[in-house]
Amino acid sequence: MGYDISRRTALRGVVNGAAVAVGVPLLDLFLDGNGEALAATGAPVPIRFGTWFWGLGVNPNRWFPSKAGPNYELKPELAPIKDFQSKINVYGNFNVPLDGAPNLPHATGGPAIRTGRALTAERGLPGESFDVTIGDLIGTRTRFRSLEMSASGDPRNSLSGRGGGNLNPSEVSASALYTRIFGTGFKDPNSATFTPDPQVMARRSVLSAVTEQRQSLERAVGAADKQKLDQYYTSVRQLENQLDVQLTKPEPLQSCVVPRSVADLPVNAEIEHVILNHQLMTQLLVMALACDQTRIFNMMFNNGASSLTRIGSTITHHQLTHEEVLDNRLGYQPNATYFLTKIMEAWVGFVGALDGIKEGNRTLLDNTLVLAHSETEFAKFHTIDNIPIMTAGSAGGRMKTGIYVDGAGTPVSRIGLTLQQVMGVSLDKWGAKSMETGKSLGEVVA
Amino acid sequence: MKRVKKLRLFTLGFAAASALAAGVAAVDTPAGGGAPAPSAQAAMAPQFQIVAMRRITEAQYRNSIADIFGPDVRVAGRFEPVVRPVHELIASGAREASISPSGLEQFDAMARGVAAQVFDEAHRSQFAECKPTDPGKADADCATRVLTPLGRLLFRRPLTGAERDFYVKLAGDAAAPTGSFYKGLELSLAAMLDSPNFLYVVETAEPDPAHPGSLRLDNYTRASRLGFMLWNSTPNEALLQAAEQGKLTDDAALAVIAGRMVNSPRFEQGLRAFFSDMLLFEKFDELAKDPVIYPYFNQDVAKALPEQTLRTITAHLLGKGGDYRALFTTPNTFMTRSLGPLYQVPVRKSSGWEPYQFAPGDDRAGLLGQAGFLSIYSHSGRSSPTLRGRAIRELLMCQPVPNPPGNVNFTAVQDVHNKATPTARSRLSAHSTDEVCAGCHKITDPVGLSLEKFDGIGAFRAAENDTPIDSSGILDGLHYEGAAGLGKTLAESPSTTQCVSGRALEYATGLGSEDVSPWVEGLDKQFAASGYGIRALFLKVATMPETWQVKASPLDQGSTKISYAGQRR
Repeated sequence: MGYDISRRTALRGVVNGAAVAVGVPLLDLFLDGNGEALAATGAPVPIRFGTWFWGLGVNPNRWFPSKAGPNYELKPELAPIKDFQSKINVYGNFNVPLDGAPNLPHATGGPAIRTGRALTAERGLPGESFDVTIGDLIGTRTRFRSLEMSASGDPRNSLSGRGGGNLNPSEVSASALYTRIFGTGFKDPNSATFTPDPQVMARRSVLSAVTEQRQSLERAVGAADKQKLDQYYTSVRQLENQLDVQLTKPEPLQSCVVPRSVADLPVNAEIEHVILNHQLMTQLLVMALACDQTRIFNMMFNNGASSLTRIGSTITHHQLTHEEVLDNRLGYQPNATYFLTKIMEAWVGFVGALDGIKEGNRTLLDNTLVLAHSETEFAKFHTIDNIPIMTAGSAGGRMKTGIYVDGAGTPVSRIGLTLQQVMGVSLDKWGAKSMETGKSLGEVVA
Repeated sequence: MKRVKKLRLFTLGFAAASALAAGVAAVDTPAGGGAPAPSAQAAMAPQFQIVAMRRITEAQYRNSIADIFGPDVRVAGRFEPVVRPVHELIASGAREASISPSGLEQFDAMARGVAAQVFDEAHRSQFAECKPTDPGKADADCATRVLTPLGRLLFRRPLTGAERDFYVKLAGDAAAPTGSFYKGLELSLAAMLDSPNFLYVVETAEPDPAHPGSLRLDNYTRASRLGFMLWNSTPNEALLQAAEQGKLTDDAALAVIAGRMVNSPRFEQGLRAFFSDMLLFEKFDELAKDPVIYPYFNQDVAKALPEQTLRTITAHLLGKGGDYRALFTTPNTFMTRSLGPLYQVPVRKSSGWEPYQFAPGDDRAGLLGQAGFLSIYSHSGRSSPTLRGRAIRELLMCQPVPNPPGNVNFTAVQDVHNKATPTARSRLSAHSTDEVCAGCHKITDPVGLSLEKFDGIGAFRAAENDTPIDSSGILDGLHYEGAAGLGKTLAESPSTTQCVSGRALEYATGLGSEDVSPWVEGLDKQFAASGYGIRALFLKVATMPETWQVKASPLDQGSTKISYAGQRR
């Protein structure tokens, strides 16, 4: 194959230490023949997991396909995903049984999907969110255990955490996100030289010191404070891991291209700004994944009770969903739906950005599994059964894609269970009370 | 050395302290005395009975650093927010707040930034009296002299011997590879700033001699509580000394010290923090108004609004020693240039603040007539009688209003351009005639509608959509007119003073409103007896025995609570 010859030529160029114009996609230098493992060490290409959240649901009859199975029908509000339909699954008719707990408007739905539990207080999470569980498994060898982002501002807009008062706060500014990922401490995996940073070594020793003090405190605390301390030391351990990664020479990664820095932009809930902020953050995130700085991410496009607004408008997206009259001719609320259209476009942009990065004969999207969901079905009535949910990507071929899955009223926790199992978490049951389930979704597991 | 003796009760911890009463001698030694370090086993033994851990807030972190290292040491970073429990104070949320990985990442970055400044060439002489024998090498003796007092200030108690040795060793270990004595100190200091002993106010208890079998907070914990409750900062040298001398468990001495603190100018900083917490001022961080609808609103206005309210509060309560109830009726406030257009008043000074008095009969009276309150309890493009009414009930009267049920059909509430419903009163009538909604809206709307003459940023208007606004209101059966009438009615309601009394207790203890409720009525009576003076209220809170008692036995707590799913490993 001519292919092989040029690859060898390119390789020789590198071996000889000369600057070479590489005639083939760089990937062949780094990946094995199948593009599934890194050539240098044989280590598998990383598989990533993430979430993408939007607030205020959809107009159900204009979004959900009518028939389960592959090649599902694209109704007007789902139509924007057309180009990526073969890589996206849609999930409908999954319920959120609350066992008598109140349906706290805009607060209950999101945590139920992420934790398999009903929220009882209007704060925090009722348990550990499963992106954290998955992160415990696949996120420990990267610089960042996970990256949380909120495109509409508000660091408290997050559905990721270990439960209780522990919530991973979101990054709200693209320029701050840039600094965090690509600023000091970033080691270009494709750089020829590697010198461990003495500053990082020093920080590492400080953190070990903090950990050494653990016992003296733990022996004197009650259970509630012990829990807090455990979370604190878990955080310390994660930070230590980050530093260990920075002290190890990274694997070269062909798709990693360090992006240019990002200017400071206004961060607020005006839809035009949110769209731009989301785009910038997405580009940075995609490179953070391609450069293997993290394998877990959580993107919040807007918040549950969406405060999105348009310049010159008197009301927010949230108010519109409640107060705008249903247009009898159209059958929906046109102004509220404007925001939904923008949200679906942003989601497609996000999926497209992941799919635009080649990793061997797959794309970054193929090597990722993204769960996208809202917190209500139809915001006007705060309904939480049949919340719109999608997944994109196949986690490196572990998921079947391009399917509409009809849950037929079974608990939404089946999705969380399935995704955790696909990502390698060893568990046979997940969720609490009526949301406890052992039935994963066989039809999407490859 | 006097200090050695006084410290014993603290460092011994719960079990040993009981033994002390029976005449057993102390075993641990305090830092700084040059005494030999305790054996490894003694260092491992539990030294304190911890009864609460309260995460310090961003303001408390910043104030602590400024007080300990001076205001020119910069703190740069993003703070993980403490989650506010529903209907409660952030001060209560701090008791439950943990620190997430990215939160710690930020704390660590700030710690390194602070430590690097403290031991840079410009600052190091302030904190290091001694000079190392060789600045390129470790010097345990000098490091001990530098780190021991800093550790005491940061942890709000003396370091134990084991801790002191630990941080000195850390500085020495780091001095070797970096080839710098000061780099070693810097890393050791960063470790202190990353420690839970700094990031949390660790509250410890001891047996209460007045009530055998129960516990009371010990001296150093009291010093921290007084510092954070009254000045929103770390306990200063005087407080730490008072703790060392055991004065804070002595009722008479405690009263003198607390009295001095509420009469100090620094009490203003504490009072600002208290009202910022009670009135949910974190909402100002997210305040956004539509620039097309409200051209008078901009970032300068957004910054000035909370400041105007806090100035009004502190000038009235502290400057004049005024009656708390009159906060809702006072015509006195402060203006700055950026607020002039919004209030339609002339402001002479081009920068800074000047006192301003509204004319008699002006509807703007008290806190509720201020644009700060009016704008945070509005939507981005219009006012909201429901949000305002709810805030008055919940924040000022401590009467929680239920959330709307999950499945309400809001269709009945029409948009602002509908000609049939030109005013908020007419639009909201839809809610109050619908049975499902009426239950709650009856609690909020009649209160909030009296503020309708102020729009979504708190600017005055007589009409909405060319229809004159009716600003009559009803609160607990009493009819009144406008913001001034509302202020007067609120000032006369017993809920108002009971609410602030309860909040002060929650703020001091970090307990929830239900936990402190048995003490509120008695405290409110004493508040009344003082003429509703805020200094008297906080002095009372600081000196009442309930504040210092430990409610349940912490040993029981330890055995009854079960950790949840988050702690798998």
